[in-house]
Amino acid sequence: MFTRIRSWGPPVLLIAPTLILLGIFVYGLIGAGVWTSLTDNVRGQTTGTVGLQNYENLFNDDTFVYSLRNVGMYTLAFVAGTLFFGFLWAWMLERGARGEGIFRTVYLFPMAVSFVASGVVWRWLLNSNTGESASGLNRLLDMVGLGFLQGQWWTHEGWGILAIAMPAIWQLSGYVMALFLAGFRGIPEELREAARVDGATEWQMYRHVIFPQLSPVALSAVIIIGHMSLKVFDLIMAVAGQTNHTTQVPGTQMWLKYTSGEWAEAAAIGTVLLLVVAVLIVPYLISTYRAERRR
Amino acid sequence: MTTTVLDEVKPTADRKARKAKKARPPQLPGTRGPRSTAVRTVKYVLLLFFLIIVLIPAYVLFVTSFKTGADISPDTAWSLPENWDTAGWERAWSTLSDSFWRTFGLVIPASLISAFLGSMNGFVLSRWRFRGADLVFTLILFGMFIPYQAVMIPLVEIMNTVGAERGIPSLIFIHVVYGLPICTLIFRNYYASVPTEVIESAKVDGAGMIRTYTSIVLPVSIPGFVVTIIWQFTSVWNDYLFAMFFSSAQNGPVTIGLNFLAAGQLQDYAASMAGALIASLPTLLVYIVLGRWFVGGLMAGSVKG
Repeated sequence: MFTRIRSWGPPVLLIAPTLILLGIFVYGLIGAGVWTSLTDNVRGQTTGTVGLQNYENLFNDDTFVYSLRNVGMYTLAFVAGTLFFGFLWAWMLERGARGEGIFRTVYLFPMAVSFVASGVVWRWLLNSNTGESASGLNRLLDMVGLGFLQGQWWTHEGWGILAIAMPAIWQLSGYVMALFLAGFRGIPEELREAARVDGATEWQMYRHVIFPQLSPVALSAVIIIGHMSLKVFDLIMAVAGQTNHTTQVPGTQMWLKYTSGEWAEAAAIGTVLLLVVAVLIVPYLISTYRAERRR
Repeated sequence: MTTTVLDEVKPTADRKARKAKKARPPQLPGTRGPRSTAVRTVKYVLLLFFLIIVLIPAYVLFVTSFKTGADISPDTAWSLPENWDTAGWERAWSTLSDSFWRTFGLVIPASLISAFLGSMNGFVLSRWRFRGADLVFTLILFGMFIPYQAVMIPLVEIMNTVGAERGIPSLIFIHVVYGLPICTLIFRNYYASVPTEVIESAKVDGAGMIRTYTSIVLPVSIPGFVVTIIWQFTSVWNDYLFAMFFSSAQNGPVTIGLNFLAAGQLQDYAASMAGALIASLPTLLVYIVLGRWFVGGLMAGSVKG
């Protein structure tokens, strides 16, 4: 009995604060959030439960449905864009290029900046004025003779949200590049040698030997960027502001509901977001868990 | 990516070996010809092109922050300032200086506390194979991915109930709690790289887990601490969501102050851009000075074992 306490006691003591905190503030509060979403909570005052009424309200609300559509489009563009640039940059740099350090440092630097700070400059860049009063990117496009590309950017009803994906891609492509670079460099040199000895061309070697090795990295990148993207909030607040219609996403909707006192619906939005993220994360965590057990 | 983090924090001998490996391998005949020169030229043109694209926002921030009102007209939007004027910087600093210093009071305690807790957890989880250890670890990791919106309303209610002071004190607590998963992950991967013999020898000497931790493990943990603290420093400094719910422009961190300055009715572009640069300065400095460790933290974000 005593030896059992001796071997179990200390580790439990070390890890207990974390388990208690996360138990309460992650799992407990998720439970409390789901509960709140089933009540008529207004600014903390609850008179009773209302079943799924809040969810029904949300999905009958055109703005909320539009915000879901927006975050879906945003996520597709964000994931595809960062994967494309991240992979391309890593590929160009993986064999070591002259000045590699400089390219890497510059490509990655936006990651160190907050969305709020980069939002300041992107709001200026994505100014929707055209013609004489055009500034920002519209002006630049005009200056380089691509004036026909001038756009409304994030003020466009249908596609506006994709303009918000531009700063997001700018900010995180470098991160995906770093992931892919680590992936490229983890591939043993012998694999390349073997392919060359077998007479493969450079391209064939990449296509059939190197790229398939990188699919776990790509999956990680999709998961990380994807879950980040679904909770987008800061960037939209900084570029377009909280009330702009064309850039509504669940994150901003939740904030608006919170500030207007409809806390039950705000909690319902939080729960919807959690479910969407869980669809992405849970299979990933389960596979990580299985891999851990095999160790 | 268990190994990538470790790569970043391994001692220098290994690093040298890696550098040597990185050197261009001998080319086989036929792979260097006019065609490969063309490929290389295209590669450098592209690299430079993207370099410029990535730097455009930085250029705009910098030049606009030094412009005066008249200079900001659309006609001169992309040109250098007529005369370099620091008035925008002065306006930005007078608005942001309080929240700027306040943010240090937030990030320093928040990152130190969560790094310390993360190191204890990481040690236990990497060394102590109890039944269900992997499940506990996975449950901890899940906390890293949740959208914080899902816990926000109950969190607000709890903070109201216990009467926690809005502003920096609440935010320190919140960032410590929600920073625990990533800090635990970084340290667990780091300790997995510490040679088992070192720890075993302590066990033979009869040291218990806590003694082993304080006398053997903590002293070799410096690289893990550097990576974790940089990661926490950056993410807490750049946080906006929690800051919006738990502070205001009067008592909040610099992201709140900046958005307040930039979203004002009068579009003061020079001051906003100077403000964005001021608010980014600490994290950019960390990135430039400690870049290698910064990347180590980034890699830890991808958990795949």
